[in-house]
Amino acid sequence: MLRSILRKIVEMLLVMLAASFLTFFLTWLSPGDPAEIYFECRGISPSNEILEEMRKKMGLDQPFILQYLHWLADMTTLDAGISLRTGEPVADMIQRRFAMTFKLSLVAIGVMFVFSFFLGILATLKAGRFTDYIIRFFSFAAISVPDFWLGLMLILSFIVTFHWFKLTDPYAPESVVLPALTLAIPLIGRYTRQIQAVISEEMTREYVVGARARGCREWTIVLFHVLPGVLAGLATLFGLSCALLLGGTVIVETIFSWPGLGSMAIESITHRDYPVIQAYVLIMVCIYVSINFIADVIAELLDPRLRLSGGQ
Amino acid sequence: MNLFQLNKQHQFIIALSLAAIMVTLALLGPLLAPHDPLETDFVQILTPPNPEYLLGTDQVGRCILSRLLCGARISLGMTFGMLSMIFVLGIFIGTAAGMRGGITDTVIMRIADTILAFPDLIFAIAVVGLLGPGITNTICALAIIWWTKFARLTRVLVRTAIHSEAVIAGQMAGAGTVKLVRHYLLPTILPPLLTQLSLDIGNMMLALAGLSFLGLGVQPPTPEWGSMLSEGREYLQSAPWLVIYPGLATFMVVVVFNILGDATRKYLNPEIS
Repeated sequence: MLRSILRKIVEMLLVMLAASFLTFFLTWLSPGDPAEIYFECRGISPSNEILEEMRKKMGLDQPFILQYLHWLADMTTLDAGISLRTGEPVADMIQRRFAMTFKLSLVAIGVMFVFSFFLGILATLKAGRFTDYIIRFFSFAAISVPDFWLGLMLILSFIVTFHWFKLTDPYAPESVVLPALTLAIPLIGRYTRQIQAVISEEMTREYVVGARARGCREWTIVLFHVLPGVLAGLATLFGLSCALLLGGTVIVETIFSWPGLGSMAIESITHRDYPVIQAYVLIMVCIYVSINFIADVIAELLDPRLRLSGGQ
Repeated sequence: MNLFQLNKQHQFIIALSLAAIMVTLALLGPLLAPHDPLETDFVQILTPPNPEYLLGTDQVGRCILSRLLCGARISLGMTFGMLSMIFVLGIFIGTAAGMRGGITDTVIMRIADTILAFPDLIFAIAVVGLLGPGITNTICALAIIWWTKFARLTRVLVRTAIHSEAVIAGQMAGAGTVKLVRHYLLPTILPPLLTQLSLDIGNMMLALAGLSFLGLGVQPPTPEWGSMLSEGREYLQSAPWLVIYPGLATFMVVVVFNILGDATRKYLNPEIS
């Protein structure tokens, strides 16, 4: 158990390292010159000497590999440089906006868990019945709906038409409802299907037949016999579906003008603010990799088979 | 509920016909369009749907229906173009890794693992954000992520198939590597790969439209559905049809291709119910 966790940590760190290299490499390939952008954002047209000096100050005259190592060393001490646009330290910007994205994702994940477990289990219990088809229909639609359109339709109905919510103050507690729903609905569709598929596969096993023969009720079988056994697999699937969640925050935050990391990234792209984009991408990769690591560890804790085989 | 009781073959045929209708509409789009999709008419800006402009006009008086019909070719064309390219590339790389094993395998799979450490959209944002918005960079970004999915699946399938009797028989008959792959390996590994391909059409469309919506992919005034939505966003309150119809079109097409994906899975892999 401990050994497999240690191995996973090493693997995780290696992947993060590779991802950081890829991120830096992409910046290096990019056509823009950070020194030029720095002055451009301040409305100054610098002379060549000043540009040259700024490049030196930014370390742009050094060879690629040195630049990378320097940048990486800074990153490990949580120093992500300064924003080319505002001159503010990137770490501060991220700190300010992280809480909002965290709140949004947390609510969305909560909603997702409640609904997808409820719907997934209900669909298995009512297999082949009307309820099952309704749930299938819903999850199918939820998978296919473009999230950006869903968000705009929610705004159109609940803000423009019914005036139930306001868009103006994202910090108000009720403002999280619509963005979180937009984020959660496609995830609910996907996860409901996965839960249903995993549980209905288990329902054909012999121990289920045995439980039925002993006279257990269907819902007791699903909740107490089948569910504990499949939780490990579901944890892994959840980790993977977080890719959708993290990507979704960008779109949802843009639609709802939510002051989180995603909208920060899009603003930075418009202004070619490279340090911010780099830091954003790296943070998202670290979060995604860590979530999957935690999901794997939880899966091992839940499933003795995985524990003994070292997670292979 | 009749659709659920049809047998697999009929379901597949129905799904395929629906998809064919969509593709035909997209191909004939420019012919069916009542107006020029780029022609502006400043007398009729933001007009609600009416007999002349069935789905209304946008902020510079362009016909939304015509833009949707012409945009279909761009959205579907990009999706199919990219997927077929990635499909071939992924199978090629995956087969190479699976057949050769050893160092080739390790290197390819480590690269794939690293790329898969990025959530899809975040990787696209990294590439497009750092290299600059535009359709070429978007396509490159999605291609770099997506090949890994097919390559990994192919590799696993090749690893299993290589020990199957059919392939061993081929080896014993003296088939060279190329012949072995083409005649003995590919037919066995193709069904699951085609299933994955059909399930991915919808996802790819959503990814492309999402990036265009964020202003990273197709740039205005090209009538792509995602960028139409992004342009129409400002008028959500006064002219909601600018947003409703492009989104609805995307939704419908994705639904059709997801139905096709599900039907293909059931049709090609009978063991999964």
